[in-house]
Amino acid sequence: MEKTVDARGLSCPQPVVLTQQAINQGLDKFTVKVNSIVSKENVVRCATKNNYKTEVKGEGNDLSILVTK
Amino acid sequence: MNNIFSSRVGIILVGVLIGLLAVLLQFFGNPANMGVCVACFERDIAGALGLHRAGVVQYLRPEIIGFVLGAFFISIFTKEYRPRAGSSTLVRFFLGVFAMIGALVFLGCPWRALLRLAGGDLNAIVGLLGLVVGISAGVFFLKNGFSLGRSYPNKKASGWLFPAFMLILFILLVFKVSFVEGGAIFFSKKGPGAMHAPLILSLGAGLLIGALAQRSRFCTMGSLRDVILAKDFHLISGVGSLLLMAFVMNLILGQFNLGIEGQPVAHSNHLWNFLGMTLSGLAFALAGGCPGRQLILSGEGDMDAAVFVMGMITGAAFAHNFSLASSPKGPGPFGPAAVIFGLVFCLIIGFAMREKME
Repeated sequence: MEKTVDARGLSCPQPVVLTQQAINQGLDKFTVKVNSIVSKENVVRCATKNNYKTEVKGEGNDLSILVTK
Repeated sequence: MNNIFSSRVGIILVGVLIGLLAVLLQFFGNPANMGVCVACFERDIAGALGLHRAGVVQYLRPEIIGFVLGAFFISIFTKEYRPRAGSSTLVRFFLGVFAMIGALVFLGCPWRALLRLAGGDLNAIVGLLGLVVGISAGVFFLKNGFSLGRSYPNKKASGWLFPAFMLILFILLVFKVSFVEGGAIFFSKKGPGAMHAPLILSLGAGLLIGALAQRSRFCTMGSLRDVILAKDFHLISGVGSLLLMAFVMNLILGQFNLGIEGQPVAHSNHLWNFLGMTLSGLAFALAGGCPGRQLILSGEGDMDAAVFVMGMITGAAFAHNFSLASSPKGPGPFGPAAVIFGLVFCLIIGFAMREKME
C-alpha cells in the first residue's frame, strides 16, 4: 500500500519529522508532498541519510518526492 | 538555478562570512560581542519607535532591516519568494514575545551567544547549555506530534508588506525623523544604543548576510535541533564555522577577553542565563526557526515568521517597560518570574497543539 505524506505548508522541521516517522515505520516506498524548495532539500537529505533513494517530481513549488528503499 | 549555498561547503562558507562580518561590525562601532544580535537589535528598534523608553537602547538597527531586505531581494531573484500565511498566527506572536523575554534575560539571542563565546565571554557557555535544553524540549514536542498547522499561499503583494515596513524604518533612520519634540524616533546618546557601526557598513553587512542566510537556510536553533532530532550535522557545520571565524577575527583584532565577570553587556547570574536561553530555545524550536531565520523567512514572504518578529519587538517593549530585562548588574526584578511564566506558556502550547500521529 502506498502512503502519501502531505507536508505542504508545514513549518520546519515537520516535513523531516514526518519523513523520519515513515522511515521508522519501515515503509519501503512512500511519497512526500511539499510546496517549498527548502522542504524538498531537507526531505531529500533525511531520506538519503537513511539510505533511501529519492525521485523529485513536479515544478516550481509543487513538488512530490518519491522515497524508496 | 543551482544553489551552491545550500550544500555543506556552501553553508560553511556562509558561516565564515557571517563570523567575519559580525566581528568587523563590532570593530567599526557595534557594541562589544554584539556585532549582530537579532534580539538586542530588535529591542533597539522597539526603543527607537518609542515602544519602550530605556534611553540607552534606542536605535533603528540597519542590520535587521538588511536581513529582511537581503532575503527579500535574493528570493525574488532566485524565484524562491513565496508569500504564505495562516499557521497559528497568534500563537506564533506570543512565542515571539516569550522568545525575546528569554533572550533579554540572558542578554542575547543564539547569534550573540556565539559571538560572546567567540569574544571570550564564558557566560555564553551557560546560555548555550540552556539553549540546548530548551531545544531538546522542543524536539520532544515535535516527535510527539506538535504542529502549528500548515500555512497557505497568499497573494504576491501581501508578502511585500514586511519588507516595505522595513524600508519605511530605513527611511526614518536615514532622515533621523522626529515626530514630536523630544519624542520618537529616538536615537540613544549613550549606552549600547549609541554604539553602532557606520550606517552603510551595517546595512551592507545586513543585506549580504540576509541574502546568504536565505540561500544557505542558515539557522542557529535549527543547527542544534537537527543534531538532537536526527543526528544531522549539516546546519551546525555552518554555525561552527561562524564561531571559529569570529574567534580568530577577535584574536587578530584584539577583541578577545577571556573571563566570566565583567564581560561587556553581560551578567554572570548562571541560573537565569541558563533558564532565559532555555525559554528562548523552546520558543524558537516550537516556532520553527531562530530569530535570524525568522527575519529571513519574513523577507521571502512568510508572514507567520513576520508575526513572530512583531511578537519579538513587542516582547522587547514588555521587557523594558515591566522591568523584565537584565542589565550587566543581573536579572531585572521581574525577569525570573517572566521566564517561568513563559516556560509554562510554551509547555502548554507544546502539549495543546498536537496532532494525532498515524
